[in-house]
Amino acid sequence: MFRLLHIEFIKLWNNRASRVLILSYFILLTSIALVAAIKFDIGPIQFHLADQGIFNFPYIWHFNTFITGIFKLFLAIVIVSMMSNEYSNKTIKQNLIDGLSKKEFILSKFLTVVSFALISTLFVFVVSLILGMGYSDYTEISIIFSDLEFLAAYFVKLVGFFSFCLFLGILVKRSAFALGFLILWQVFEAFVRGMIRWKLFDAETTDTIMGYFPLNAMWNLLKEPFSRLNAVQSAVKQMGEQLNLNYHVHWYEILIVLGWTAIFIFSSYALLKKRDL
Amino acid sequence: MSSILTVDHLTKRFGYLTAVKDLSFSIEKGNVYGILGPNGSGKSTTLGIVLNVVNKTSGSFHWFDGHTSTHDALKKVGAIIERPNFYPYMTAVQNLKLVCKIKEVSPEKIDEKLELVGLLERKHSKFKTYSLGMKQRLAIASALLNDPEILILDEPTNGLDPQGIHQIREIIKKVAAQGTTILLASHLLDEVEKVCSHVIILRKGEKLYSGRVDGMLASYGYFELKAEKMESLKKFLKSDPKFGSITVENGLLTAYLNEEMDATELNTLLFAQGITLSHLVKRKESLEKQFLTLTKNQTH
Repeated sequence: MFRLLHIEFIKLWNNRASRVLILSYFILLTSIALVAAIKFDIGPIQFHLADQGIFNFPYIWHFNTFITGIFKLFLAIVIVSMMSNEYSNKTIKQNLIDGLSKKEFILSKFLTVVSFALISTLFVFVVSLILGMGYSDYTEISIIFSDLEFLAAYFVKLVGFFSFCLFLGILVKRSAFALGFLILWQVFEAFVRGMIRWKLFDAETTDTIMGYFPLNAMWNLLKEPFSRLNAVQSAVKQMGEQLNLNYHVHWYEILIVLGWTAIFIFSSYALLKKRDL
Repeated sequence: MSSILTVDHLTKRFGYLTAVKDLSFSIEKGNVYGILGPNGSGKSTTLGIVLNVVNKTSGSFHWFDGHTSTHDALKKVGAIIERPNFYPYMTAVQNLKLVCKIKEVSPEKIDEKLELVGLLERKHSKFKTYSLGMKQRLAIASALLNDPEILILDEPTNGLDPQGIHQIREIIKKVAAQGTTILLASHLLDEVEKVCSHVIILRKGEKLYSGRVDGMLASYGYFELKAEKMESLKKFLKSDPKFGSITVENGLLTAYLNEEMDATELNTLLFAQGITLSHLVKRKESLEKQFLTLTKNQTH
């Protein structure tokens, strides 16, 4: 296993573009701490974001995983190109000739993807923990370590998304086209949602159906955290509305994403096995 | 002699095109093999199949004794297919380290192999800065990293300039001299003739011949002769059943042998007849000639 990871590491780390992207990704992950420094001090209006409760445990788990989830696009580029470059440089052919089996090839990519997700999760965990320790109103151990399922969901979300990128890289073989396809797929899911909502079902059934589409399922894992903020909730209350959202991570949502991950990885393997290089 | 590769009734179809048709052959340890055939005769496809990058349609092949999986067997093989494929953004050494990792061998031989192919001074240059000849030599270094049981080269001199071709041939000769089994696919006959002891000849995916180079045609070679009395020379040779066809071209007489005869014997014979030669050479048919004869025979 470490041999496969090491092989992939050599390939990635010696590529300047990937190295820059990976580094900036992790710097961005860390930079979320800078949000704490956002402070407006304009005469009577004093606003300090850190005081708004976004760094309270356990809310911070939700908030930080949601925000850092956006940065995954950086790694998506790296992953799509690490797959498609093997085709454009024909190094996949040489790898197989040199004695890597097709299974090992896919496995080395998948292990890399899992490591990326794992390191990201650890990063977010540590950064959030430090931020929370500094700014949270509650620092009891039991509160700090509650709601950690957001981290689990974050990990699954990344693995699922990156596996999708891997699959697209193998399917399309050109990194630019694969990324285009990713965007196209996003549009496609939105289009299907629109069609279903318009022609077939009501909002709730549409949401249920859409929950089975890969990108939508990944999105569903972590719901937007903003409406949980006190400020937002009191504003809504003042307007006489009631927000009743379900923020929690559901087991079946995780299962759907894990299912897609399996489908992507096995289809990648099947594609590689079937193709003549 | 132990067998390195056995191919048994191998067939590959690309849609309606049959690239390899019912091909069987085996590679024994210690010989230098050439796979000959015009472009599109199925050489690269055959190699692609045994190297795990092309899927076969039917038939089978196995490496060594048949108990190792293909990808494990390939770790003991060194192979280059058509173009050298490396990571362009990595240096020679980095690329070779990666290959070592894949083949599960220690990286200590990198310098030695780079030395062998004459790339040691450029070992820290990125692959993309190399010329085609250098890339090809790096590919050979990479294929030799594990001191392979067999070295497979597919058109190794394709697209190279004369100097590059010469360098590659020298390397191949060096490797062959060390006793490594070599399988060389080429459409360049003189290339195969210079280094190979055995040949497999393919045409349109079918095997025409496999065996020793000198046993390709049952032929005893021919004499090239010149004499003052050309007419009587020709007359005498025609009367002798040991000679087959006799042609005269530009004052040079070519007589094909029907059975074994060496130059001294002929010379003595002719001298006794009062015919003195001004030119006497015994030759074997070149591989090219044999190859053309063989492929022609099959068409008719």
